[in-house]
Amino acid sequence: MSMLLPLLAAGVARADGGQFWMPKAASTYAQQVDDVFYFIYFTDAAFFVVLMAAMIIMAVKYKRRSEDDTTPVIKGNHTLELVWSVFPTFLLVAMFWLGFRGWINMSVPPADSMEIRVIGQKWNWTYQYPAASVNGQELPGFEVAGADEACMQRIGDPTRDIECNAPIVVPAGKPVKLVMNSRDVLHSFFIPDFRAKKDVVPGRYTQLWFEAPEPGEHNVFCTEYCGDRHGYMYSKVKVLPQAEFDAWITEQREKAKASGALTGAALGEQLFASKGCAGCHKLDGSRLVGPPLNAKFGTQENLEGGATVTIDEGYLRESILVPGAKVVAGYPPSMPPYQGQLNDAQVEGLVEYIKSLK
Amino acid sequence: MSTSTLDGVGHGASGTNYLNAKKGLMSWLFTIDHKRIGVMYLATVLTFFLAGGLFALAIRTELATPAGDIFSAAVYNKLFTLHGAIMVFLVLVPAIPATLGNFLLPLQLGTIDVAFPKLNLLSFHIYVFGSLFLLYTLVTGGVDTGWTFYTPYSSSSADGNVVAALTGAFILGFSSILTGLNFIVTVHKMRAPGVTWLRMPLFVWAIYATSVIQVLATPVIAITLFLLIFEKIVGIGIFDPALGGDPVLFQHFFWFYSHPVVYVMVLPAFGVMSETITVHSRKHIFGYTAIAASSVAIAAVGFIIWGHHMFVSGQSELSGTVFSLLTFAVAIPTAIKLCSWIATLYKGSIQWNTPMLYSLGFLWIFAIGGLTGLFLATLATDVHLHDTYFVVAHFHYVMMGGVLFALVAGMHHWWPKITGKMYNDTIGRVTFVLSFIGYNLTFFPQFVAGSQGMPRRYHQYLPEFEMWNQLSTLGSYLFGLSLFIILGYLLQSLFSGKAAPRNPWGAASLEWRTQSPPVEHNFEGDVVCTYGPYDYEAHRALKS
Repeated sequence: MSMLLPLLAAGVARADGGQFWMPKAASTYAQQVDDVFYFIYFTDAAFFVVLMAAMIIMAVKYKRRSEDDTTPVIKGNHTLELVWSVFPTFLLVAMFWLGFRGWINMSVPPADSMEIRVIGQKWNWTYQYPAASVNGQELPGFEVAGADEACMQRIGDPTRDIECNAPIVVPAGKPVKLVMNSRDVLHSFFIPDFRAKKDVVPGRYTQLWFEAPEPGEHNVFCTEYCGDRHGYMYSKVKVLPQAEFDAWITEQREKAKASGALTGAALGEQLFASKGCAGCHKLDGSRLVGPPLNAKFGTQENLEGGATVTIDEGYLRESILVPGAKVVAGYPPSMPPYQGQLNDAQVEGLVEYIKSLK
Repeated sequence: MSTSTLDGVGHGASGTNYLNAKKGLMSWLFTIDHKRIGVMYLATVLTFFLAGGLFALAIRTELATPAGDIFSAAVYNKLFTLHGAIMVFLVLVPAIPATLGNFLLPLQLGTIDVAFPKLNLLSFHIYVFGSLFLLYTLVTGGVDTGWTFYTPYSSSSADGNVVAALTGAFILGFSSILTGLNFIVTVHKMRAPGVTWLRMPLFVWAIYATSVIQVLATPVIAITLFLLIFEKIVGIGIFDPALGGDPVLFQHFFWFYSHPVVYVMVLPAFGVMSETITVHSRKHIFGYTAIAASSVAIAAVGFIIWGHHMFVSGQSELSGTVFSLLTFAVAIPTAIKLCSWIATLYKGSIQWNTPMLYSLGFLWIFAIGGLTGLFLATLATDVHLHDTYFVVAHFHYVMMGGVLFALVAGMHHWWPKITGKMYNDTIGRVTFVLSFIGYNLTFFPQFVAGSQGMPRRYHQYLPEFEMWNQLSTLGSYLFGLSLFIILGYLLQSLFSGKAAPRNPWGAASLEWRTQSPPVEHNFEGDVVCTYGPYDYEAHRALKS
């Protein structure tokens, strides 16, 4: 019976747009995930009902009548065994295939995605938005982080943290790519309404993308255990109509410009000058001691020893912290390692700066 | 066969048995009798199960309301860590192989003991020694890393207890390896005349497959834990990115052991099912070879699917795809077993007694556990469900429900043989109904909370998940109560239970041919096996 009730309730929609099993589907690929879920669900339910009905019917029908009952010797049946070995195989392959197709969609961000940096840190999320040129005016990037202090006075209220922590703000109807890393332990960024989840790992970058067609607000949970306040590491995704989003982001950039605080690429630019990077790396495509850094992000590079590497956030980070690990072919391994010299925010800034160089 | 007494004839009350042959505490602690070692394991495992279970009830009590109001977050995190670590390392891994396995393996093979009796005792002593480390962490404030010890949280933690807990788990591994080794040699070398490979009970096949996994996989977790201890003490960067290590590498190492170990827990449970379902239906097992081969197949495939724990960890899309495909391969042998057990019921003579009810309960629970695994093997759905309560419910259905219902079925099935006493079957059947309802009420709602998005290991949660958590908490109290009732009437049977006959269920396998409880050296004379363990025809012919 416990299986039957949810079976009936599977398709019943709730007032908030969710269903008995799944929360509301609010990203472009959520419905595809749900379709796979329900394909497995109804296949499972059919198998469960058949197996358990057979078990219960036989347990009743063949209940022991007397201590002298005799039973026939049935050691097996090759046809039957072949059927229950082969028939489920087709269904399993179908499940794999549907899951694989859905996963590929979830794994490959569209080329025109808007990029936001997500940084996990015990026990809060920081969102970094890129700089932009608006109406011919250069505006810096900015950071969204922290919680509303007044709101945080609601001690003991389980909805406090999800309502008080700063949300990540994204435009509706536009693909958004999150490039994520952690500054301490593992975290995981989970948006149930989007069916999106990815671990956030220190020392490497992971990515997650989604497109929310409609404006609205959606929960963000940390789903990788990260210590004391893991169960409080909430945020929200606030999806705004494009025009409202544009107004919001411009306002934030102008505030950042006014405050003069350096984040992301701007911090990187300042470090690039102050740490003496320009002494070896030029930004006009010509060679100095080390390779030039402009227009390199996303391209392939040949390494000493014959291997090739795609220049992504992870490679840039590694090459700043441990330059000797993967040296570009034709250059001496002479750069000093910056492991322990730069903090995470500074490394992230340099990576963002190098990414922004055209 | 030279032992002439079969079913029901004499119960050996006149003579000595393994329980009363020697007296005193030392005669137990330093025994090399596999039966006594099995009984000591059973007592120890059940004690730890009580501890782990009380932690579980504490967790469910905290989760009865959304606010984190009963324990602090730090205490709550220690509660679920200790619950997991105790249940996995001290309870589920040895739950069936070291208890029923130790007791039954030589008896079912018709021999006097395991191949290396002193090594067997050493395994038990190592198990107790290792458990002392976990007890030490328990009394000195606990650990909060989660039983998975994920890096860099565990490696960067300043808590000295983490090293103690890791050392405990490291030592416990040796107990597991030595037991596995002992059982493998026993199966190869100690079978009585006539016990051919295909006349071994399926419980023996299951224990054999389990032992292979224990010997091959446990060294990997031992090395992993050692590297982590090494990193914490010496500061060499292996897993911690701050030292130049890779935290995802730890997950690969960890699951390379910890996925196969799920089969260390559950294959013996399958073995118990193959015995109880046949005996209490008085039917030859349906598809002996298929069930035996599927145990071995599950053991083999179990080694190459660890990556399905890591679909969202940052491992490559290609790895995820390969691991998903391989994971589906393990569903086939599992489905074969389930279908074969149910087919065994056909035209049987089915006893509705306590061991059989728990066996049917196992089939229900394991069907749900197995079928919900398909959502997690599938890439697109796993992304949503990973690390939510859906996963918690799934692995409790498989590991805890599966193993516990099988262990309880097996304890009721072999209790007359182990203790020489019969328990009150009526109370047993009533308690089954209670525990079955309690179990499903505890864990089924967690599937819904999880698919709605509730993450695991949360000290507080959003009010929208409250109903599912309250059902779960209610169920856990009911389930806990039913386990205490089982403990009560089983203990009571030791004092006032009727004496058990040799073969109360009319079983055909060898362990029922000796008296209950068995003599010190298992059988009164030499054993020659002339028919298979499920050949009730031949068994009856010989009896009459």
